[in-house]
This record gives sequence, structure tokens and C-alpha cells, in this order.
Amino acid sequence: MSEHAISVTINDRPIRATVEARLTLSDFLRTRANCTGVHVGCEHGVCGACTVTVDGRAVRSCLMLAVQADGCEVGTAEGLAKGERLHPVQQAMREEYGLQCGFCTPGVVMTLASLVDGEGTPDEAALKDALGGHLCRCTGYQGMLKVARRLGAGERP
Amino acid sequence: MTGGSPLGGAARFVGERVPRKEDRRLLTGAGSYVDDISVPGMTHCAFVRSPIAKGQIRSIDVAAARALPGVHAVYIGADLARYPANVTPVYVTPGANEPTVLPLASTDVRYVGDPVAMVIADTRYIAEDAAALVIVDYAVETPVITLDAAIGGAAVHPELSDNLVHHVASPDDPAVDVAFERAAHVVTGRITHQRQAHVPMETRGIVAVPPTGGEMLLYAASQGPHMVARYMDLAFALPDIRFRVISRDVGGAFGLKVQPWREEVAVVAATLLLGRPIKWIEDRLENLTSSCQARDQDCSIRMAFDADAKILALDVDYRNNVGAYGPNSNANSLAMMMMPGPYKVPLYRFKAEAYYSNTVGQAAYRGPWAIESLARETLLEKAARQIGIDPIELRRRNLITAEDQPFSMHSGFVIDRTTTRETMEQSARHLDVAAFRRDQAAARAEGRHLGLGFAVYVEPTTMAFGGVLASDVANVRIEPTGKITATVSTHSQGHGTETTMAQLVADTLGVAIDDVTIKEDDSSSGGFGPGAGGSRQAVSGGGATIRATRKLAEKVRAIAAHAFNASVDSVTIESGVVRVAGVQEMTSSVREIAEIAYYAPDRLPPDMEPGLEERSRYRPPPIVFSNAAHACVVEVDIETGKVAILRWIASEDCGPLINPAVVEGQIAGGVAQGIGGVLFEQISYDPDGNPVAVTFKDYLIPTAHDVPEIEFLHIETASHSEGGFKGVGEGGAIIAPPTLVNAIADALAPFGVDAMALPLSPPRLLRAMMEGGQPR
Repeated sequence: MSEHAISVTINDRPIRATVEARLTLSDFLRTRANCTGVHVGCEHGVCGACTVTVDGRAVRSCLMLAVQADGCEVGTAEGLAKGERLHPVQQAMREEYGLQCGFCTPGVVMTLASLVDGEGTPDEAALKDALGGHLCRCTGYQGMLKVARRLGAGERP
Repeated sequence: MTGGSPLGGAARFVGERVPRKEDRRLLTGAGSYVDDISVPGMTHCAFVRSPIAKGQIRSIDVAAARALPGVHAVYIGADLARYPANVTPVYVTPGANEPTVLPLASTDVRYVGDPVAMVIADTRYIAEDAAALVIVDYAVETPVITLDAAIGGAAVHPELSDNLVHHVASPDDPAVDVAFERAAHVVTGRITHQRQAHVPMETRGIVAVPPTGGEMLLYAASQGPHMVARYMDLAFALPDIRFRVISRDVGGAFGLKVQPWREEVAVVAATLLLGRPIKWIEDRLENLTSSCQARDQDCSIRMAFDADAKILALDVDYRNNVGAYGPNSNANSLAMMMMPGPYKVPLYRFKAEAYYSNTVGQAAYRGPWAIESLARETLLEKAARQIGIDPIELRRRNLITAEDQPFSMHSGFVIDRTTTRETMEQSARHLDVAAFRRDQAAARAEGRHLGLGFAVYVEPTTMAFGGVLASDVANVRIEPTGKITATVSTHSQGHGTETTMAQLVADTLGVAIDDVTIKEDDSSSGGFGPGAGGSRQAVSGGGATIRATRKLAEKVRAIAAHAFNASVDSVTIESGVVRVAGVQEMTSSVREIAEIAYYAPDRLPPDMEPGLEERSRYRPPPIVFSNAAHACVVEVDIETGKVAILRWIASEDCGPLINPAVVEGQIAGGVAQGIGGVLFEQISYDPDGNPVAVTFKDYLIPTAHDVPEIEFLHIETASHSEGGFKGVGEGGAIIAPPTLVNAIADALAPFGVDAMALPLSPPRLLRAMMEGGQPR
């Protein structure tokens, strides 16, 4: 197995590591960077639970290799809150009961946060479209749909 | 409910949409699921699984796998036999014809995915590399895959005489035949329900740590740590070792994680052999092919009606395919018991049979008996069309009412304090049926096909007849700091019991919810309880929590009364403040009372034990019925066969709501799973028994675009349980399928469609429309 030295900034903290070429970014984040909030739900890019941001854009970390993140800024759910203050997406999810078991939740939060914090102002339809890329088995998406409506209307709780 | 709190006093938290205590850690990635556990020296496991549905194992060559650097061990069945384990169902079915279940297949394989060997290595990557190097030589045999093939086909389990697992039937009452002969209307139907998978977003998983000091620690994705600890203690019966199980955050379960099964038992045995910690996390391929599954049923049903559309008799013939090895291998007696539902059915006859096949086994899945509502409620809508009567009016003439209750079903179950009629009328009013029919007619004139479906049911919750579900326990204590810790035998895999139980404690004691911590994740504290399963946690765990907390409140008041030289009756606790009525200076805090209780025993009333901790083990009423009526509106695109759900109304009665947001969350999640079952989800096999839905691109669960925003209506009729609560965990999944099927059938009524093979996928609906003919 080939080994590669990589340097990745994770939640604003630089990390250097040597990784096998085949190590997925999701497994790297979980086992080498202690970001266990990155949840692996399918390992084939459908469920969205492992979603993180790479250079500000939401990606499925199970479909990316750790070596591909060399030199990148990676964001996970662990890095979203500012101290005690939850990110507006997290706060809205909390207020709208957007989660039950919480397994799909970090991925959902990262996708919505990447849109809310990115360029432009996503409307409800755009946020709901993005939710379509996440599978949740608990909630029937009821709270998440309300979150999309509030954030899409410009609310930032 | 009217008239204040179910706890009797003023409610501050119960009945409110209190934010969930667990959400902050889950939103910030700080949850602790089993795959997040790492212990020193931990190794990783991958299973070698059968690629064929049936065959003899001629040989297993593990040499190459063992030689791979980083591999610690490769075990086959003969290795694990050193720690024999009794893999059995938690819920025993008397009279079932059951095979011996071994953790690893040893002589022959009986389904694709049957585990035959396990590799333990430094990483999962290496374990999977090595698993691919294990060479198993099979003598391939012809499997039986479908229900029809299983009946009379080659025995799946050679040690058993045939594939019939279990059968139940009512006494053959000739009066049933007479009723059908004399009936004004006879309506027949047949439902074939496809096989489904539970697919919690977190798969199964376990971390096993070798025993030290007589204790073997397991971290497990479970529905209750006490159940897993008990299971392993009984399965292995190790004289010097007792299991301790920690199950902190669990990513959904829906019945799949009620009890450990073959792989978890194999990991424990392997850990005992290896002497090093082993982690096994099921991957999604394994989850869709080797985790136990559900449904796979064929139900024929007919009903006789008199000229006034009153039900005379019900006759049911049911069969299900339970796969090879599963903890739920039975003929679904509960479905037969519940089939008449909330209706007055004078005569009832049933026959039910379960068969083994060379497919993965079955486990209980949210509303395991749900076929009763699907079969009955779809037949009633069909009857309404056939007889020419409004389906709501048909139900009105047959539903049991408040005056009929308590009402004894044929099964002996007693339905009491339910409001099926009221929920049906409430949902119909809310929907405005007359307005919908006008919209429907207008749409049809434009070539658009709208449909409206109703369904009504009662749900047997709590299930505390006996066995593991008989009771729950709460241990509640006020710490010397004045903070409250309650250890309850409930368990959340998303249920929010950390919040709802805290609401009960806070109101019963009279303290702030932020001062209450609920513990339910460790089998070494508290006491035995089954955790989640049977829609019972609010009723059983909630009842225990209220009773234990009430005792604690009484002790606080007794200590305060003694300290202030006042009567106990004059002492109140509110917002953590202990007061003597009418005497302002006689005020204390719960913390000050706790300090007396722990640190100043001489200030306690004579003979009172120091400390502030109370427990209660609560046996709830054996069965507590909740009920609901759902209604939904769909539009079916007759060009593509695609179904769009436009509205969904859920009118339910689960008694007093502890937290409406949690109740609605339970219902919505169940509805979504029901929608998946009707429209999308299908586990299927090719003729050789190869599973063909093995990823989330083949096994389709509903997305945010497939579930409408549900309109909730609540009626709160207290049950006989402590607090008056009723269970609500499974109902959405039970009642959603008939509601949606009925709406689709209504939309396609002009085609004369009677499509009852689920899922109602676009190709299947198009075919049904073509077979039904042109719109009439």
C-alpha cells in the first residue's frame, strides 16, 4: 500500500498525517482526527450522513480519499458552533425537532450550513432540494422541512 | 385531556414542547455511538459470508488470510464452539418448529450472507482484505426462495421435517360459512406485502472487551442495554463472567436491535478466544443482506355484510415467509388477534402459517402485526365501493363507540378508553371531505386523478402481559448537590426519553428540568427493563418514573415538615423551592433539604433513612390501547404512474401528551416508513436467492421530497396507566400503509384498479391501470 504525507486543516486546526492511498476521508476524519461526528451510513454516497465541507463546499467524505483533501480546509459538525452558541442551522434544527436518533444529523447540518454560509442566499426550494440528498429514517423530515422554510426566509436563529 | 396535568398538580413541563436535552450533543457531533468507541488494543472484525443461498460446506481454507500481515485470527464455526452460545429469540413462540442457530454456519449455508468465518485484524481495511482471501468450497444446492417454493419444498433446515415454522388457527366455526352464504354483500381481497428492511441509519455494531475482574464489557447498538446484558449472560452461561453493556447513543433501530443475533454473539465468542477487544460495525451491504428483515406476507381476506352494510363475519387466510434464521419466526398470531380492529365483528375465523426459506431471517419491525390494519382497512374501502356507500359511513356503522367500551375482542383483548370514531370524524372534518370531492371532480374533468384515503385502527401498546415486557423500573435520587439523577430502564434510539422522563421527574418533584439528568445507557446501573419495544416506554418507564419521584417528593416534604415543625400537608415544592404554606420565612431549597438528608441525619424525622433516593418497579396494565385515524390526499400521474402525496392528516389519541413534539415525531417517522413500504421499498431476490437490493440506490427509502408535512390533531383520553399515557411508537407505521393505498385506489377508481401487491411502484400502477381498462 502506498503511503502519502498530507496536510489538512480541520475545523481551523492544521493536521499532518501519513495515510494509505485508499483511506477514505470519512475514515481519516473519524479515526485520525477524532471527528467522530462524521457518521458513515452507507459508504456509497447516497445517505449523506458523512457530509463535511471541503473548502466551503459540502462533500460526501465517504466518496473522497484522505489524500485528495491534502491542502484543503475541512469543516465538520464539531467545528460549527461558536463556543456555547450553536450555528443558526443547528439552532433551527433544535427548535424544530429536526432530529431524533441524530445519526444523519451532522451531515444534514453541514449541507445546510454550507449553503447558508456560502455565496448567495438559498431560498426554501434550494434548501429542500439539498435535503433530498440526505436519508433520515426517524423523523419523516418534518422538522427539517420547517428548518428549510425558516432559513430560506432569511431567518438565522 | 382536560383538567390539568396527568400528574395531578400544576404542569410546567409535561404537555409542553420542551426542547430535547439530547439534541445539543447530537447536533455538534458529540454523540457517542458504538462506532465512536475506541478502546486500547482494539481490533476489527469482518465476516466471510456465503455467496450462495444453499449448499454444503466442503472445506474452508483460511491459510492465506491468516498469513496476511495485520491479521490476528481467522475463526470458523469449529473455533467458536469452544464458547458455545445459545442463540435464541427473546420472544419465544410456543409450538414453533425452530432450528438450532449457530453464530457461524458450520456444515452448510442457508441464505446468501450466511456468515461462515470471521477475520480479526488491526484495521477493518485489513480484515476485509483477508476476508477476501478465505476460500470456501461449496457443494451448491437448489434453494427455496419464495413462499410458494417454501411450501412443500426442500427443507431449509435439514434437522426439521419441513418448512412449516408455526401455524395458528381459530376453531372452525360453521356459523362463519352460514354468514357468508346468507350475506347481502361479500367482499374479498388479497394483499401481498413485499419484504422490507429496517435500515436504521446506524447499522448494527458491537465492541467487545475481554473480561477483567469477572465482568465482560460490551458497547452495543441496542434497544436496551439490560436486554443485551441479560441475553449474553443467558446465551453464554459463563460461570465466572457477567456481562455489562453500555449503549449510549443509538442511531435508530425499529425492532432490529431488540436483541443480539448471530454476528454479535460471534464477536463476543471471538473476543473470549482472542483475548483482545474486537469491534464489528456492520456495513450497509451487510445491513441490507444479512441483518434480519420483515413483512413478506400474503394475506387473503373476506368480509360478509348485511343489507345495512354491517359486518357479519370476517375470514382471513395468512402466510408469511420468515427466511432462514430470525428471532421472529412465527405465524404472526398478534396480527390474527388484531385483525378485527376497532370494529364490531360478530364472527371471525382465521388461519395463519409461517414458512422457512433460503433467505435472511426475520426480526420484529415497527408494528410487526401491521398487516391486520392494511388488510382490513383496504378491504373496507373496497367494500364501500362495492356496496355503494361512503367509506366513512361504512366505518361509522361498524366502529365500536364510547358506549361499547370496555369491548372484548375475539382474542380476549379488551379495548377501553379509545376514540376511533372521534378521531375519524375529527380528521374528516379537518380535511373537509365534501370540498375535496368537489376538487376531485373538477380535477378529473381536467384529466387529473386525485384520491382520498382513510384508515382507522387501534394499537395494542405496552404489552406487559409477562416475560421481559412485564415491568420497568426507575431509580430516582436527589444528589447532595440538589441535582436530580433518574436511572430508568427506558432506552432511546431517537425516542427522546432523556427529555420526556426528565419532564415527568421535574413536574412530579417540582424542580427545573435543567436540574434533572436521565441515565439509561448502562446495564450496570438501575435495574432490568426491556428498553424500547412494544410501544411502551411512556407508559411503563414513565409510570415507574412518576411513582419513584412521587415517593422522593414525599420524603422531601417530610424532612422539610420536620425541620420547620410544620405539617407535611402544608409543604409544597415548586421550582426547586420548598415552602410551608402561609409562612414566608419557612422556605428552603431542594438542595438544603438534600444536605440535611445526607449530611445531617440527626435533623431527620426519627427512624427515617438518610439520603434521598427512591425506586419504583411498575407493572403497567397488560395492554393499553391507543388509536388513530389518518387521511391522505394523493395525485396519481396516469402517464407515469408516479404518486404525489398532497396532504396527510393524523388524528390520534395516545392519552395525555408528555411532549407533543416527541409524539408527533414518533408518528411522522412511522408514517414515512409506511410511505416507503407502499411506494418504494422492496427487498427482493433473484431465483437463485441472490439479493438484488443491496445499496441505497436499489433499496429506496423516502426522502424529504416524498413525505408531506403532516397535519396533526390530538385527542387526549387517559388510559388506566399511571399518568394515563398510551404508547405511540409504532402506530404511524401501522396506519400509514392502508391510508395511502386507499387514497391511490380512490384516485384510480375510474380504472377499476384493485392492485394490492406492494410496493405500488410506477410500473406496477401503470400495469394495473392497463389491466383495469380505460377510465369509466
